[in-house]
Parts: sequence; structure tokens; C-alpha cells
Amino acid sequence: MKNLDSFLIPPSQAARQHGPNDCIVMSSRVRLARNLRGSAFPTWAKKPERVKVLDAVLPAVSALPEMADSFAEAMDNLTQLDKQILVERHLISREHAAKNIGSGLVLNRAETFCVMINEEDHLRMQALRPGFQIREAWQAIDALDSVLEHKLNYAFDNELGYLTACPTNLGTGIRVSAMLHLPGLVLSEQINPIIQSVNKLGLAVRGLYGEGTEALGNVFQVSNQMTLGESESVIVERLEKVLAQIIEHEENARQKLLEEKPKVLFNCIGRAYGNLAFAHIISSKETMNQLSLLRLGVDIGLFPGTERALVDELFLITQPAHLQKQLSDKLSAEERDLARADMLRDRLKAVPRPATK
Amino acid sequence: MQCCICKEKPATVHLAQIVGEKMQKLDLCEDCAKAKGVNDPASFAVADLLLGLGASQELDPSAAGAEVKCPRCGFSQADFKKSGRLGCPECYVTFAEGLAGLLKSMHKGTRHVGKTPEALRQTRENVDRLKLLQKKLAKAIETEDFETAASVRDEIKAMSAAPAKTH
Repeated sequence: MKNLDSFLIPPSQAARQHGPNDCIVMSSRVRLARNLRGSAFPTWAKKPERVKVLDAVLPAVSALPEMADSFAEAMDNLTQLDKQILVERHLISREHAAKNIGSGLVLNRAETFCVMINEEDHLRMQALRPGFQIREAWQAIDALDSVLEHKLNYAFDNELGYLTACPTNLGTGIRVSAMLHLPGLVLSEQINPIIQSVNKLGLAVRGLYGEGTEALGNVFQVSNQMTLGESESVIVERLEKVLAQIIEHEENARQKLLEEKPKVLFNCIGRAYGNLAFAHIISSKETMNQLSLLRLGVDIGLFPGTERALVDELFLITQPAHLQKQLSDKLSAEERDLARADMLRDRLKAVPRPATK
Repeated sequence: MQCCICKEKPATVHLAQIVGEKMQKLDLCEDCAKAKGVNDPASFAVADLLLGLGASQELDPSAAGAEVKCPRCGFSQADFKKSGRLGCPECYVTFAEGLAGLLKSMHKGTRHVGKTPEALRQTRENVDRLKLLQKKLAKAIETEDFETAASVRDEIKAMSAAPAKTH
């Protein structure tokens, strides 16, 4: 069995993957839900049936040329900590992290494809890209799926399309989503009307870890909700348009804050810097919220000489599982808050205070 | 009016949201509204409630007997009410009637548009074509255009003779 820790891209490198508009769009993702004809869906299937599906799907996915160098493993072979790390990397869902026997995962070396086996559906295959690249992500996963359909017998109905465990995913089984960093819209209190108008277009806005989570660190996920009755390309195009508009709104909000309320803005960013650079006890939630403001500070030029990648790396390595992984002893949440603060003080030593004159 | 979530207390909070071209309504009691974060416009719960499953997470009970079980996997309507997930691909046939309304409220349309597995593409096209021809035939007969009717009938015959079916 491969070691997950050594397989994953190191955080410092992961934070340096660039894509279009990546100061606002942190990442793009397209996932397809697929199921096998004649097998019960994972949530209803008994253990032997789930294992049978896993034994059929895992080798088929691993054999794809795109997955030539991959981490392919049954979920029961992963430790709790490893699963949590995968969640913090946004490679698997929290639901999938809770799975054990009969579920699995295939992740390629570049971390551009990650297939969850027996999550809610037999297959949840995802293409991931840094920055604003949902079209590229769709093309990539479409190609992968087109090869896989010759090896696996998909459950497909002429009227209803790809059959999924939950009727909300029926049809195309597609979910196109982007993770957006929107501190400008939050600070200028425009985020609520934006969320509402995005909802009206039939799109969902969610927090950092998807369904039912809060928007920590001003990070929001926007995705399509409807999957039946329109084609994948129509869905991708709509998302593209809406995302382009949100990007524009965020850019304008930042510009306006700089012009009209620079003191408010500098106050937020300066305090965030102070908290992160000098705290001795800090929770992961507070860390994410403050790092978001630090990231904004870097983006608007308050920290010349500091790369955004440093902030993005900290975003990753200060989260509970990543933090725990770097330490030898198993820590309690309270102890982690101390270790997190130590790490932040150390890493931010080299970052001079914001250049606000 | 009863709260559509707890189905106990009277509904005092009424929500309507237009999504696409469809209006979705929710009637909630004070407590459920608070629990679902409806009073807080920033809350995502509202969107999930309105757009996804939630209040409507029930198959149309009038459609088929509540005791119907999927012959393939043994899944029942009661199981769906509990989980909001179906048991197996076959369930879409078993519960087709009850699902129709749910799908309509949840999606843009009720017929799949988009990618089709290559092996089934031919079948799908044939099914579409056959439907079209049957319509054409009916119309020709109705208008007593027997010449067209005869040629359409021959076309349909030729199609059903071809071994196009894969499932």
C-alpha cells in the first residue's frame, strides 16, 4: 500500500498551482455521478454487494491511462487522519471520509482526477483544476467517463439519463462547482443579495466543505443544482457566465473599498495580520477567517514581497488534520490551538507589517 | 395551514422563491423556520430547502400503494421518505409514478438531455425516431393520407426488423 502522505503534493507546492483568476477562484471542479446497472446503490446495498461493486470498479478506474500513477485504496485501509487530510484537500467529501469497508478512492498523481467509489453513488468521479477552469474540468472528466463507459455497464435510462441514488442528481449526474474567495463582497455587505440572485438562477451557494457547511474564510462554493432536462454544456456555460459576473462584482467591491473605505479595509487586514503573527492560542476557524483577510491584503498589494502562495499554504497546513500530521504526538483540540499559533508566528516572522503608510 | 416540515404546528412563515421558471413555496411554523435559518437571509439552508430536497422529500402517496416494494432490491416508499435516496437503478421504474411530480419540482425538465453512453446512443436515437414515425403515422391516418401512411408504416417495420436494441 502506498503511503498517502508521501503521495500527496506537499502543501507548499499545492499552494503554488496557478490558474486563471486564481485570486478569486481558488479551484474548479466537475463531478459526474454514475452507477452500475443491476446493483443496489451504496446506501441501500448490503456489505457484500458494496464490496463486489468496489472490486469491479476500483481496478477499472485504476487501469485508465489518466490514472496510471495513482493512489488507489479501499477506505477501510486509510486511517481516520488520512481521510480527514483528504477532506481538507477537498479531494473527498466528508460523507466519503465516514465510509469504510466497500468504499474506495482512486486519485491520480497530479491530483487532477479523484474518483470516489461507493460514496452515495457507485462512482463519483471528479476533475479538479486550479483557478477558473470549469470548461477544462468538464472536458477532462467527460473524456475519462467516455473511456470508462466501455468497461463498466452504467445504469442509464433513455428518458431519465444516468440513474443516481438521489433524484436530485438524475439525468446528467453533473455537478459543476467553483470555490470562490469573496472577502470584498462580505466586507462591503453585498454578499447576501448576491447569494440570493445566484439562488434565483437555480444555482446553489455553499460553504467551504460543501453541503450544510459555513462559509469559513469568506470561501463560497457555487454549483448547479438541477441535473435533468438540460445538457452538460448548457450547465457549464451558465456557470461560466455567473462566475464571471461574481468575479467582476468581487473585483469592483475590492476597488470600491480601497477608494471609499480604506481605513475600514486597512483596519481589518492590519488586525488580521496582528492576530495571526502574534497569537499564542488560535482556533482553526479564527485562523481561516483571518487568513482570508491576509490573502486579501496580499491581493491588493499591502504585503509587497509576500506571495499569495504562503497564505494558501497556511490555509492548508493550519487545518486540524494537516496540523496533527506535522506533529509527533496526538494533540487535543486545545493543544492544537497552541501548536497552530506557534506555527503561524514562526511562518509570519518573515512577513513585514502591512504597507498602509 | 400546517407547517410543511414538522406537520404539527400552524405555519406562520411563508416563503416563495422563483427558481428558473418555477415558483416554490414553503409554509413553516416559527420553530422550524428558526431551525432552518429561514429568518437569516445569509443562510444557505434556505437555498437547500427551496432548491433541493427538504419539504418535498416524499413520493406522491396517491400514485401507488405505500406498500409497493422494488422487486429488484426490496426498497419501499417509506425507505425513501427516511433517506431521500432510492435503493437501486430499478427503483426508478418501480416508483416512476410517484417520482414524476418530485422530478418536475426539482429539475429543469423531466427528460434527459445531454451525454448518452456510446453503446446506447443508437438505441436512444431509434426510440426517438420511432416515436416520431408513430406520430406521423397517426396523423396520416387521421387525415386519410393513406399513401404517406403506407410508406411510414413500411419505415417503422424496417426499423423494428433491424437488430438495434441493446437492452
